[in-house]
Amino acid sequence: MRLNPRLEQTVAQAVLWVFTFATVAVLLFIIVFILSRGLPVLSLDFLTRSPVDMGKGGGIFSTIVGTLALTLLAILVATPLGVGTAIYLTEYTWGGPVTRVIRFGAECLAGIPSIIFGLFGFILFVTKLKFGWSILSGGLTLAFMLLPTIIRTSEEAIKSVPPSYRQVSFSLGSTKWQTVTRVVLPSAMPGIITGIILSVGRCIGETAATIFTAGSALRLPTSIFSSSRTMAVHFYILAREGISMPNAYGTAAILVLSILAINLLTYALMNRYIRKYK
Amino acid sequence: MNGAGTKAIEIKEFSHYFAAAQTLKRITLDVLKNEILGIIGPAGSGKSTFLCALNRLNDLIRGSRVEGSVRIDDQDIYGPEVNVVELRRKLGMVFATPVPLPRTIFENIVFGARLAGRTAREEMSKLVRDSLEKVGLWEEVKDRLDSSALQLSGGQQQRLCIARILALKADFILLDEPTSGLDPISTMKIEESLRLLKRDYTIILVTNNVKQSARVADRTAFFLGGELIEIGPTDRIFTAPADRRTDDYLRGRFG
Repeated sequence: MRLNPRLEQTVAQAVLWVFTFATVAVLLFIIVFILSRGLPVLSLDFLTRSPVDMGKGGGIFSTIVGTLALTLLAILVATPLGVGTAIYLTEYTWGGPVTRVIRFGAECLAGIPSIIFGLFGFILFVTKLKFGWSILSGGLTLAFMLLPTIIRTSEEAIKSVPPSYRQVSFSLGSTKWQTVTRVVLPSAMPGIITGIILSVGRCIGETAATIFTAGSALRLPTSIFSSSRTMAVHFYILAREGISMPNAYGTAAILVLSILAINLLTYALMNRYIRKYK
Repeated sequence: MNGAGTKAIEIKEFSHYFAAAQTLKRITLDVLKNEILGIIGPAGSGKSTFLCALNRLNDLIRGSRVEGSVRIDDQDIYGPEVNVVELRRKLGMVFATPVPLPRTIFENIVFGARLAGRTAREEMSKLVRDSLEKVGLWEEVKDRLDSSALQLSGGQQQRLCIARILALKADFILLDEPTSGLDPISTMKIEESLRLLKRDYTIILVTNNVKQSARVADRTAFFLGGELIEIGPTDRIFTAPADRRTDDYLRGRFG
């Protein structure tokens, strides 16, 4: 049986609208739920004081510092490696078997659960290389976890740069490196940055990979060799051990808000960047 | 300045292959200094490949291979000691679709000069003005040099691309169907610029539009299936072609 086209159109539109609405509703529900429980706990003290009594009292300052340090380290390590790999794969190879193997490897890496990365990081960095539970171990582990995403998104961004730009650049007497740095990368930048933002979000929210590698110390970290607890791990421990649900929600609220803020900020920056060159 | 009649490029028995396919077959021709050489022929006749062989842009495509010789300034450009980057600076190229880089008008013009390490602000400003004036674009854009080149109209973009080559201090201008996507007025402006530029540059104009070659070229070459069928003064080619196939093409019997 066939519906008449107009009815079909109406039904399709309605169904798609419901799907979209459901998605947005779930998202809104989570945000509202967390903020409604978390916001009352928030205060300047909560942000600027370190946890007291396993997190039952005090704030979450040390976990904010820990999260930022881990994320920063992971991004600083993963970005040059990932973007460099993407440039090599797209600009310096003809797409032969080696390229395909590397790309396949990167894709497989993307599918590995983060707890496996945690275990790998624990064995390699914490015990083998004797970095101990530290920001260094955690940051490096996160960096490896991010690599596939950064490689993939950078590759897509670089591939979407029109081939004619490269042609023009070469025809104006540029070397390969000049073409990559002056034409390809600037044009691919918005896409590359999107990949990095996604990665920042994953770092901030990651628990499994960091609990094994950065540990869960509540002291304020003093160097990259300090063990440190991230906000997500803090939330997990507070909630799981039933130490303090209000503080857990407070931490969650900060997590959600900071991810929102990072996204908004980067999109604003990117818009400015794109507008300048379009 | 005017060395008309002397050879600028000497091409001998030049063949080009993409993997197994031969795209140019034993081409022999000379390009004369300060002439506009028009190259006509149906799609797939090897015109663009020929043009890209002169600045070795074909090298970017995998499986590209050549035989024979192309001599510019008494140097075989496919010789081992050739600096390809320098070569491309000498033979500026304009593509069928205007391709301004996603930068400002100013940055587009100085792009090549900066690659070559010339950056002095004053020199660059002068370079931009001179180049834009030569293609008749200065008056139209002088107040918005710092806005994106992508905002220009198609015709303006193509003239910007020509100006970008002039800023390279190139000796040759290679144009690959430069007006194929443009309206008649923009086309006319570009043809006017070419006539003026002929005094200082040697120009090779590949065109799908036979009439364009008749309008601006001093000599015209007819390519078919990767072969050079004939070459001669434009008047002669259009009034008394020596080869039957040239005549057929010009009369629109195929193409």
